[in-house]
Amino acid sequence: MRPLFPLSLSQAVAVQGGRVLLGPVDLRLEGRGVCAVIGPNGAGKTTLLRLLHGLTRLGGGAIRWACPTAEARRHQVFVFQQPVILRRSVRGNLAYPLALRGMARARIEARVHDWAGRVGLTPLLERPAVLLSGGEQQKLALARALITSPRLLFLDEPCAALDGHTTREIEAILMQAKRAGTQLILATHDMGQVRRLADEVVFLLGGRVHTMAAAPAFFAHPPTPQARAFLDGEIVE
Amino acid sequence: MAELWQGLTQAFWLVFTGDAKLVEISLRSLRITLSALAVASVIALPLAALLAVRRYRWRRMVIAVLNALMGLPPVVVGLIVYVMLSRSSPLGALGLLFTPTAMIIAQVIIVVPLMASIAHQALRELWHDYRDLLISMNVSERQKIATLLWDARRALLTATLAGFGRAIGEVGAIMIVGGNIDHATRVLTTAIALETSKGAFALALALGFVLIGLAVAVNVAIHILSRTEQESRW
Repeated sequence: MRPLFPLSLSQAVAVQGGRVLLGPVDLRLEGRGVCAVIGPNGAGKTTLLRLLHGLTRLGGGAIRWACPTAEARRHQVFVFQQPVILRRSVRGNLAYPLALRGMARARIEARVHDWAGRVGLTPLLERPAVLLSGGEQQKLALARALITSPRLLFLDEPCAALDGHTTREIEAILMQAKRAGTQLILATHDMGQVRRLADEVVFLLGGRVHTMAAAPAFFAHPPTPQARAFLDGEIVE
Repeated sequence: MAELWQGLTQAFWLVFTGDAKLVEISLRSLRITLSALAVASVIALPLAALLAVRRYRWRRMVIAVLNALMGLPPVVVGLIVYVMLSRSSPLGALGLLFTPTAMIIAQVIIVVPLMASIAHQALRELWHDYRDLLISMNVSERQKIATLLWDARRALLTATLAGFGRAIGEVGAIMIVGGNIDHATRVLTTAIALETSKGAFALALALGFVLIGLAVAVNVAIHILSRTEQESRW
């Protein structure tokens, strides 16, 4: 199996409706565990993730994976801030990506039960997924993303508006996935979460990569005055 | 008013006694309409999903044309199908004119734009919700369409019911292409037209009440089926 990383962006620009949303961005990710993308509102965190995943059009520059892009895309999934829930039961949602891959029914059932158990949704398997609470929906979206054992998982503010208990549960699932070999690229506002999860930090400012550093170093010695101001909770533009 | 009451009484009597002619005409109406509905569903629903999913240059125009075709005058459809199936036309050799098949063809042409337009509305909203997820999952176009059709199945029932209502109540087109031949192409609506022209209002009304009853029964049956599914197989 060919590796996905290193991933490099050179002068990459995200464009939508003729408007530049992000960039030009130069960045190289080695795929070391969890990469947190941070920055103030409007810095381009979500857009960077969508650009890397192919949901937003590349308007200029280049994005290069270590393997062909089509192959890289097959091994990555995206969990959205507002979870997208299929109008099916919890079981139907979990089974969906496996059925797409043509997996045998018995194997699908086994994996669905396994993952429903891991995220605590076993008693709700037959319930319409749209009737779940926000936290349950996010756990379902996460389980549905991880059920195919992706090699890369994009997460856009996965715990925004969730309570502490659910956030802890989701972070535990993410750490399990990391230990199982899934790389994570996470956009978040939650600096506590970045401290708890991240191995490296990409700090965006004004639609560009301002700084990139190992997480412990970033927090111990913010590399620029803007990074320090951001960590101190000041308004940074 | 007396005729209405008489019609209602006669309708009840015809149904109660299982009048052979009524049963024959009603079954033919149902058979032709449900056949047309099945064919129309196979065309209209995937077409609606394709219009929701695929982006191409003439998409807006196709949708506008589809919406405009909802108001297609049935008599004109009947006339066009008649001309296409008449002996002098290339399709004349098939010998379909004045057969139930010709009536099904006319009903399909009338019903497809209506069903496709209603289905497209529902599927477009669902696609808006699903788009990013399905693209993220590398879902093929065929799988996207299948997913939308399955997940919007309850909304699509509405489109199908609208198509059924339009088809079973259709008279102009099927009169032209079917010819209202006794024991062959006579259906409830054409029989009503015939009895009215003969001045047999009571019988015409009786047939009308049976037609309404059939339409209501099919609607109720579909709603019961859909609710059963909602409760047990979500």
